Parts: sequence; structure tokens; C-alpha cells
Amino acid sequence: MNERIQEKLSILADAAKYDVSCSSSGGKRKNENKGLGNAEGMGICHSFTEDGRCVSLLKILLTNYCIFDCAYCVSRRSNDVKRAAFTVDEVVDLTMNFYRRNYIEGLFLSSGIFKDSDYTMERLVRIIKKLRTEHKFNGYIHVKTIPGASPELIAEAGLYADRLSVNIELPSELSLTTLAPEKNYQEILTPMGQIRDGITQNKEEKALFKKVPSFATAGQSTQLIVGASAENDHQIIKLTDSLYKGYGLKRVYYSGYIPVTDDARLPQVTQPPVIREHRLYQTDWLMRFYGFEADEILDPEHPFLDLEIDPKLAWALRNRHVFPVDINTADYEMILRIPGVGARSAKRIVAARRFSPLSLDHLHKFGVVLKRAKYFITCKGQALETRDYDEQSIRRQILFGSGSVRSALVTQQLDLFAQAS
Amino acid sequence: MSRSLTPLNQSTSPGKPATVTARPPAPALTAPSLDYAYDGSFEGLLTVLFTIYDRKAAPNSIQPEGAVQGGLFVQPLLVETHEATATRVWEGLLRHMTAEARTRLFHAFLSEQPDRELVIFRYADLAMRSAQDIADNYADDNVRRVAHLAQQMGREKHRMEAFVRFEKTADELFHATIEPDFDVLPLIAPHFTKRYADQRWLIYDRRRHYGLYYDLHRTDIVQFEPDTAAPRRSTSVSATVLDEREPLFKVLWQTYFDHVNIPERKNIKLHRRHIPLRYWKYLSEKQPRETRFEPIKNKRPPQADNLRLG
Repeated sequence: MNERIQEKLSILADAAKYDVSCSSSGGKRKNENKGLGNAEGMGICHSFTEDGRCVSLLKILLTNYCIFDCAYCVSRRSNDVKRAAFTVDEVVDLTMNFYRRNYIEGLFLSSGIFKDSDYTMERLVRIIKKLRTEHKFNGYIHVKTIPGASPELIAEAGLYADRLSVNIELPSELSLTTLAPEKNYQEILTPMGQIRDGITQNKEEKALFKKVPSFATAGQSTQLIVGASAENDHQIIKLTDSLYKGYGLKRVYYSGYIPVTDDARLPQVTQPPVIREHRLYQTDWLMRFYGFEADEILDPEHPFLDLEIDPKLAWALRNRHVFPVDINTADYEMILRIPGVGARSAKRIVAARRFSPLSLDHLHKFGVVLKRAKYFITCKGQALETRDYDEQSIRRQILFGSGSVRSALVTQQLDLFAQAS
Repeated sequence: MSRSLTPLNQSTSPGKPATVTARPPAPALTAPSLDYAYDGSFEGLLTVLFTIYDRKAAPNSIQPEGAVQGGLFVQPLLVETHEATATRVWEGLLRHMTAEARTRLFHAFLSEQPDRELVIFRYADLAMRSAQDIADNYADDNVRRVAHLAQQMGREKHRMEAFVRFEKTADELFHATIEPDFDVLPLIAPHFTKRYADQRWLIYDRRRHYGLYYDLHRTDIVQFEPDTAAPRRSTSVSATVLDEREPLFKVLWQTYFDHVNIPERKNIKLHRRHIPLRYWKYLSEKQPRETRFEPIKNKRPPQADNLRLG
């Protein structure tokens, strides 16, 4: 029995790991029934795997049996893989016992589709309902809705889950229909719209009445696979932008494609595109926290993100007419746009300069990366770089000049590109 | 030295915002400066702060009794802790700073840095002499230092909330051992109390020889003699006192940990940055495996050799 559960866990964790979301933040579920767990506020990474990713949730599939045959998926019907399925009670028992030992923040439950969508979705709902009602579990629950599941089941899932998500997976409808013939954009966007409306309605009701059951208070998210299909970065960030704006998503995750099956429709690669993925995340942050619009970062003429430098620096180099920015007088919005200045340093700059004019030394102590910032700022009217560099030489200075520390990841992957070309 | 979960064992009431009305000016410190010693408790330090202004004698140093160093001829003034005075100072601080800033001073104290007492004194002194709230004045070295200490404490608190690993004993106690860099038990107590409301638990700080114990009703501080009655790290708890399913869940957790990893993305540097080596000792997923990890062999990624053909 014990070995069997261990084997199931290894198969069903292995199959679930390509879902990159592991966030456990933003929940509002408090432990008010003297039960187990508390999911309000900040998320916690309880551990980190050797690939450097956060382990916050027990991320498993209920089963990896699947009637679909999506080319990018390790659990596709035609793949020759070991299959397994948990029972409802096994998932409940694992979740409770992992949580009690402070291994996890909660459960991330997804599944292959067995029999049909509703049959599978009904099982997922049964698990989370049992956790919440019979076991008084107040930890975080993220449920992946099954494509094609009925609106009633999705609505019920939202009562017990803190977050719901529907994966888009491929950044264009054309790629989706090529690589995942059983799926279509309509079936993805409809439940996404339903969840969005459910969340909005729930918020409105909560403002009016005290006792309203919560609905997915940590919002919804989705995932895009990067590098399995031909979309460029501009298309990807435009899609992301429309998801944030049109569907109110909390997060869009990017999953660098890792070859898991042989399929002629897929690119033949040995390394996941980790740098491209990283640059997309940086762009995502610029759009969510730094006030950038998608079209400022990329456009049809420049459809790909620069792999060597971060997107904020790339933007600044293309827009040198807005610089230099004086750190003692510029607006917060503009300070945020200086390369090498993060959100924390920007806040400190704006707060501290009310007391006294800031000098270079202050900036350094606030954590500003002067190596990058110095080409774009003035301090008490003085420029830090008196020489007039052009775009290319600034780029060279930052990349290769003295004190340049490129992340080992970048160096490693750029070396690979160099070898390949 | 007495330990408490909150400064002065007060219930954590939401502090009032700093008011700017009726601020008594801080007295000038005109007397010759002194070396101060106290009993090492936070209440003791607050009493020292009172004494400084009472005697108008600025501190050369403020050190816990016994730890006093300095010149051969240094005769420190030993300040006796006075609960009522400490409370007066603690409440008085709110006239000069917000409740959050005041809490940061308590956190700076828990950081156990050798200069923490002087940092706290200088911050309080600056706050009393400034016309405006100094919390955001990051250009000031001392303000930045308090912010930095509070930030370090916050990071360690967050790590301990993450890295505690409970083991269940046969009598249904969930116990864990930690050795945090700073004295964070008072800071993590509310988190664990809220979260594990339906199980008895004990978190033991092996470096500081005391722990938190929750008995299903409230969380208290429990003292241990150095390394005697104290629960040791997991491996030294004899298997007989553990719940019979405890070894199973440890193995299942290790299995899970091994299988959520994506080997193609291996990045040990990043891994170590997130979990520094010194924390591994008490993390069950970082202990040796009973059976060797076997990857699931079910996928056939394209061979690198084939790539060269194209």
C-alpha cells in the first residue's frame, strides 16, 4: 500500500510539474473555524527544487490518463507513459498530512481527462469540497479547470478554491488547433470569462452583504508555453496584455517549452528557452508594476525581446530623448523607468528627497544599480557620465565594461547560441 | 534574561498613529557621557533609554551585563530594569514615531547585532529631535540601518515560516527544531498559532534554548536547559516516539520533492541562493534518501546527436 502510494505520487507529481504556477499568495481565507491552515496574505515557498523553482503547493494530477492528444503534453493519449490515478481520499490524506508538517501552503490540483470533462471535474470538486467541509482545511487551493467542464461545476469549484485557472498553453489559436486538435480558444475563453464574472459579482455582493460565500478570492491565472510554436514575443505580450485587461487575470505564467514527446509538429530543441522566458517575465513585471504598455516595449518592427539586456534598459536605449532624469525632481513614474532602479529604490528616492537633496552616494546605498543607471540620470543638475555615449556604446559598456556581471544563466545560454550558429 | 512574545508582554493592539501635538522637547545631553549596562532584556534597554535622559548623559556604549567590553578602566553604570518605566518609555515613543516604526525598533533589538542598543538609541533620539516623522529619511545612516535590520529580520521570519518541518510524535505533538540567524520566535508565533489551530505543536530554537509551545488554546514560551531535556533534531528523536505514519510522510515528501524538479532546468546556484546551506540540516527533503531517486522514464526527448544533422 505504502509503495503503491509512493509510486502514484511520483508519477502524478512528475506529470504535473510542467505547470509552472506555484503561487500561494493573495488569498483571503482565514482560519476562523479552529481548523487547519490559513491562507490570507503572502505566499510562502516552503522549499526550492534544484532547478531553483519554488515549492509552495502540493502540485499533482488526480490522474494522468487522458483522452486528449495535445502534442506538447507528456500525458497525451498516444504517449507511452506509466499511468496512475489517485482516489479522492488519497489526495485529501496527502494534503492534510503535508500541510500539518508545514511542507506546503496548500494544494494545486489538476488532472488529465478521463471519461469526459464533467466526470473529471466532478472528482476535483469532490476532493476540495471534502477538504473544506469535512476536514476544515483553510490552506490554499488552486484548481485547474478541465476544458469543456460545465459552468455549474466551475461555479462550485470557485466556492472551495482560492484560485482557478484555465491554461491557454499556446499563444495563438492557429497553434492550438495544430498542436491540440481537441481544444479550441472558445472552450478556454468561455470559462475564463465565467470565472472573471463570478469574481466580479462576488466582490459586489460582498460589499453589500456580510455572509456571502467567497469565490476564488485569489483570482485566476493562466499559462503560455513559450517556444513550442512560432509566435514572436510581441504577439505573446499583446496576448498577455489583453488577458490582464480583458479578463482581469492575476498572473500569466510562461513555461519555456521542454521537449517531452517526439512529434514532427514541434521544434527539435535540447534546452528549454530559459532566457527568453526570463525576459518575458521581466516584461510582464514592467507592464504590471512599472506602468509600461505592451506597445512601448515591442512593436511589429521589433517583435523579439533582446536576450542580452533587460527590456527596461532596451526601452531606455531606444528612448534616449526622455533622459536624463533628475532624481531630485522627476516624478515617481519617471524614476521607475530608469534602468537599474527597482520599485523599492524608486519609493525610497521619492520618500527620502523630501528631507534633503540626494547625492550619488545615497542612490548607491538605496540599492540602485549605478552601472546601468548612470547613463540616464542627473543628480543636483550634474550628469554622472559626462561623455556622450551613443546607444551601442552604452550597451557595450554595460555588457562588457568593468564591473559587468552577467548572470551565469545568460552567459551559459548565450554560449549555446554561439555554438549553434 | 526574561523573554517575551511581545514587547512588555502587551497584547498586540493596533498602535495609535504618531501625534504631533504636545511633544516635549528632548533634553539636551549635557552631562559627561557614560557606559551603560543592562540585563539584556528589551524592557531593560527601555529603562536605559529613560536613564540616559534622566541623567542627561549620552551613552558611550550600551551593553548587556556580562558582555561588557571596552577599556580596562571602563566602569559601566548598571541600570536595573524597571517595568513601569519601560512601559512609559515604550508608550512615549509613540509621540515621536508611528507604531510601525516603533515595532521596527523591537525587531532591530531581536536582531542581536552587537550595536543594536546604540542604533535604537540614536534612532529614538533623532526622532525626538526632528520636527517631522523620520521613518522615510533613508538618506540618514541610522534610519537606513534600522530599516535594514528590520528587513533582515523580516527575511529570517519569512524563512522560518517556510523552513520549519514538523514531525508528529506518538502522543500527537508536532515538533520542530530550528537554528535561526536571529531571535525570530516572537515574530513567528502569531503565524503558527493562526495556522495550526487544531494540533499541538512545539518549535524549539536550539541556538537560544527556548521554544514556542501551543496547547490547542494558547502559545507560550517554554525554556529548556541547554541541550538536555530539549528535543533534538529529527534524526536523534528515537523512532519509537514518532507517530507510526511519520516515516511514511517523510518519504512521500522526499519523493514529491524529487519528482517536481525539472532536471533540464537544473540551476544549483539559484537553488542555493533560495535555500542557503545552513538551513539544510533541519529540512527533511535535504536529508539522505533511503532508496535512490529513480526518474520516471517515460519520455523520449530528441537526442542531441540528431540535432547536429540539421
